[in-house]
Amino acid sequence: MISIQNLNFSYPDNTPVFKNFAWNIKERETWSVLGLSGSGKTTLLYLLSGLIKEDQGKLQVAGSKITRPRPKTGFIMQDHGLLPWSTVEKNIKLGFKIRKFYGPDGKHSPADSKFNKKLETKTVEYWLERLSISNLRNKFPTQISGGQKQRTAIARTMVLQPDLLLMDEPFGSLDIKTRDSLQNLILDLDRESMVTRITVTHNLEEAVYLGKKIIVLQGTGQEGLIFENTGAGSTNYKSSDDYTKMCMRLQKVMESLK
Amino acid sequence: MKRYTIKEISMGFVMFLILWEALALVVNKPILSSPLSVLPMFIKLMAGELGIHFLVSTLRVITAILAATITAVPAGLVLGQMTKLNQFFSPLISILYAIPKIVLLPVVYVLFGISDFSKIFLISLILFFQILVVVRDESAGLPKTLINSVRTLGAGRLALLRFVYFPASIPAILTAVRVSIGTSLAVLFIAEQSLTEYGLGYFIIVRAYQSLRYKEMYAGILAISFLGFLLYYLIDILEWKISRHKADQ
Repeated sequence: MISIQNLNFSYPDNTPVFKNFAWNIKERETWSVLGLSGSGKTTLLYLLSGLIKEDQGKLQVAGSKITRPRPKTGFIMQDHGLLPWSTVEKNIKLGFKIRKFYGPDGKHSPADSKFNKKLETKTVEYWLERLSISNLRNKFPTQISGGQKQRTAIARTMVLQPDLLLMDEPFGSLDIKTRDSLQNLILDLDRESMVTRITVTHNLEEAVYLGKKIIVLQGTGQEGLIFENTGAGSTNYKSSDDYTKMCMRLQKVMESLK
Repeated sequence: MKRYTIKEISMGFVMFLILWEALALVVNKPILSSPLSVLPMFIKLMAGELGIHFLVSTLRVITAILAATITAVPAGLVLGQMTKLNQFFSPLISILYAIPKIVLLPVVYVLFGISDFSKIFLISLILFFQILVVVRDESAGLPKTLINSVRTLGAGRLALLRFVYFPASIPAILTAVRVSIGTSLAVLFIAEQSLTEYGLGYFIIVRAYQSLRYKEMYAGILAISFLGFLLYYLIDILEWKISRHKADQ
């Protein structure tokens, strides 16, 4: 699904973040990305999403080089990025509107996009129900809670049926209860859809809970440390010994980076 | 923005009439006619001659507002997104912005002739810079994360303009028009005083004031005030409609 080779990238002030960085991801894998601040976690997602361009190297998603945001890559940000002047329902339909605006050009929307109003309405209804925000459809983002905003952002991305889902600190600003319920929702969505998922987080427990594979970015041009975390993916993983062990192991790794 | 009810507006109007009548009684000269004689005159004239002048002026102002919006919004959106272009033009815009456009009246007349176009052009010119500056600043100030997240939904530059930058600047456009209504009507009033035979400026100055018909003059003043009130009210309604998402903030 994703192949990164010899990636080089520096911040505008010339601080190197990635030097000959390599990373390979297979279809339907779920990854968590950990690292200290400044280690390039968010930068990596931005590079994969096509929002920024690498200095050098080979970045491929689904066999093609990334030159711009790819229609089948979904990106969920901490700050949800909803249009403040549009209702929940209109925000969720935004992706469809953009696709219709360009037509099936293969650049801004998948080349095989079909525009079927009935199907779109059905998809939107499905996700409104699935994310339990159906009753909020006519509310504006300023009128709903942080968790509800993030649910709207997830719905807005999922209606477009992405095969790659990038999440940047998606639940970073939410309270623990909301965070838990959204984490469980993400695990459910992994099972229901065919999506490959990469979640960037500074929260170690979240990384262990959400990713069957974990990469720790060491920053400044070093390679990423990869950990197998095969037990992840179910809600009872949190109460298992493996979970605790993995958390402690990563805790040590993170401390050694400081 | 508070939205006034019809009841509140009527109350305001009654208070205005009382104040006017009181002043008329105190001054007690023909130059300050009583509303009791002006109002019937206003209603009578609005059904005839004054109504035509009112319509002409209204058309001129609204055409000017539309023309300015149609030209200034795209220019503002482009400048707001292109930092270098904006930096280049910014000093020039600041200077042009500060020029009181009414002084260009003779120039505009010579260049474009004594026509409706000249009057509309002059008013548009004022509104153009007001709208240009707010749209530019509004679109330059949009949060980067909002833009990025819409880009990941597939939006390129054009879709961003259509779905993000433009709707984001509508409130600013309305504010710009609102603050320019006063100036626009003032310019209209001056531009209509000469070289035309239609418009409220012409009616008030040439038809009424210069022939010492004070009651008619006040009817004209009422008409131009009413036009200002209508425009403000229209902007209020539009603002209220599009800013519903701010209601619970």
